Amino acid sequence: MIFLEFEKPIQELYEELDKLKEIQEKGKADVTKSISELEQRIEKERKELYANLTGWQKVQVSRHMERPYTLYYIEQMCSDFVEIHGDRCFGDDKAIVGGFASLEGRTVMFIGHQKGINTKMRQYRNFGMANPEGYRKALRLMKMAEKFGKPIVTFIDTPGAFPGIEAEERGQAEAIARNIKEMFMLKVPVICVIVGEGASGGAIGIGVGDRVFMLENTWYSVISPESCSSILWRSWDYKEVAADALKLTAEEMLKNKLIDGIIPEPVGGAHSQPEVMAQTLKQQLLTSLAELDAMSAEKRIETRIDKFCAMGEFHEA
Amino acid sequence: MAWFKRSTAGVTTSTEEKLDVPDGLWFKCPSCKASLLSKDLKANKFVCTQCNYHCRIGSAEYFEIIFDEGQCEELDANLTSGDPLNFTDTKPYVDRLKATQAKTGLKDAIRTAKGLVEGEMLVVTCMDFDFIGGSMGSVMGEKIARAIDKAREMKCPVMVISKSGGARMMEAAFSLMQMAKTSAKLAQAGEEQIPYISLLTDPTTGGVTASFAMLGDFNLAEPNALIGFAGPRVIKETIKKDLPKGFQSAEFVLESGFVDLIVDRKELKSKLAQILRLLKN
Ligand SMILES: [Zn+2]
Repeated sequence: MIFLEFEKPIQELYEELDKLKEIQEKGKADVTKSISELEQRIEKERKELYANLTGWQKVQVSRHMERPYTLYYIEQMCSDFVEIHGDRCFGDDKAIVGGFASLEGRTVMFIGHQKGINTKMRQYRNFGMANPEGYRKALRLMKMAEKFGKPIVTFIDTPGAFPGIEAEERGQAEAIARNIKEMFMLKVPVICVIVGEGASGGAIGIGVGDRVFMLENTWYSVISPESCSSILWRSWDYKEVAADALKLTAEEMLKNKLIDGIIPEPVGGAHSQPEVMAQTLKQQLLTSLAELDAMSAEKRIETRIDKFCAMGEFHEA
Repeated sequence: MAWFKRSTAGVTTSTEEKLDVPDGLWFKCPSCKASLLSKDLKANKFVCTQCNYHCRIGSAEYFEIIFDEGQCEELDANLTSGDPLNFTDTKPYVDRLKATQAKTGLKDAIRTAKGLVEGEMLVVTCMDFDFIGGSMGSVMGEKIARAIDKAREMKCPVMVISKSGGARMMEAAFSLMQMAKTSAKLAQAGEEQIPYISLLTDPTTGGVTASFAMLGDFNLAEPNALIGFAGPRVIKETIKKDLPKGFQSAEFVLESGFVDLIVDRKELKSKLAQILRLLKN
């Protein structure tokens, strides 16, 4: 178990718990009662802690090294996953994965950012930062889903689209722009879920949907709090302040009507009980798919466009 | 001499670079440092007569250059930014807006107008870099959306002239969603065969490039304009290498295949008219 900085009090309780368990195992004394008391206390404190997370703390949870990623969710929720590689143009981006899978007997196209689960894999996945071919692969898969009348689910978890020389040469901006535009016209249902980090263009490049959800402890904004701090405050020291100012949490995004709903995480974050998280996510997807099935393709497209076109606040004298 | 202030203030030329002569009479080219008479510069569409450097100009100048006799009707002129997030960095967003409005005489970073280009109707919406770096907030998204709707209504082409550092951070996710909003409108216009011309000028980066600016039926660019998704500084910090010469210039982006043609500002109007005629006939 990896603890975050703000989880220190809980970490200490766990250490205490480990000691008690050791005593119990060695048979030195019967501490069963103390163990169960401590376990209850941990649960209670964890619940309180997680009920009041700040924006910056949620950003940390969203980046937790043990957090489940796209491939995990597909594996947990579905059977018969066939991963499809490549953009049929340049190459195969490892930071965005996708393919058909069976969700309760129904074929769904899953597309999502993929981060690595260890140091080697994190590099292999480029830390979830896609290049243009990743966005083009995503669009190719979306078009295929549309062709065969299968709904699309995207999982968003990226610190941003990759800012590199080759990414620029191959048209990072064009790839993202095209995806955004094309996603509006998809005839099949589209559900997008921020499952970790939702950073800027890299996120919205697979983020236009009939339903856009955020998991409870994720963030979605135009810039990371660190970069925002460095640009607006000209210092890296204002990330907590920036996280608050950006109003990047699921709760605030819903309040501002920029997303459609929040999917609750288990206490302690998605990584504390990933199977539970996957089940909750699956139920939400099934519910939303049923709602969207009841609409015609035209109605879905119209509603999708109207929803995004209503976003913005301005005055007109 | 409003154009003089606009093309220089805080962007490419500091006040020190201006020659010590009566207001607005002389202009020092930021690129070749040549001293030009401001009336010569204006007559040359704010392009340096010595080195062809394209000075950064604003919506007023572009409208003057593009429309017949400089005649046009401004649309949606009274939109101003809200403060949806109650945002404060080193100063409150509302104060920043007020100060910028007072300084520039503009309401936000974009203005829209309709008028004739060699007799052909065109809706143009054009950014002003002097207004918080031409950043995209709700007003920009709404005005671009309305410009596209106006073109759909009038069944005429629409043009967006971009000059922007990208998203307006003080509107955070609201700003991000303008990428989707403007692209949605372009998708609708595309279905109706409304031609869309995007002109990318110096600089065009971030969320502006990664949405409507790259979605033109025609992606035009001014010579040597900086065009990119990520800014050069961010890329340099990420890859920890120097960037190749000419990287992210309009010419580089054309060679990469994402800009259709580079248009010298002196030929902008005639090139536009050519495109409009070809599409119509
Ligand atoms: Zn010059």
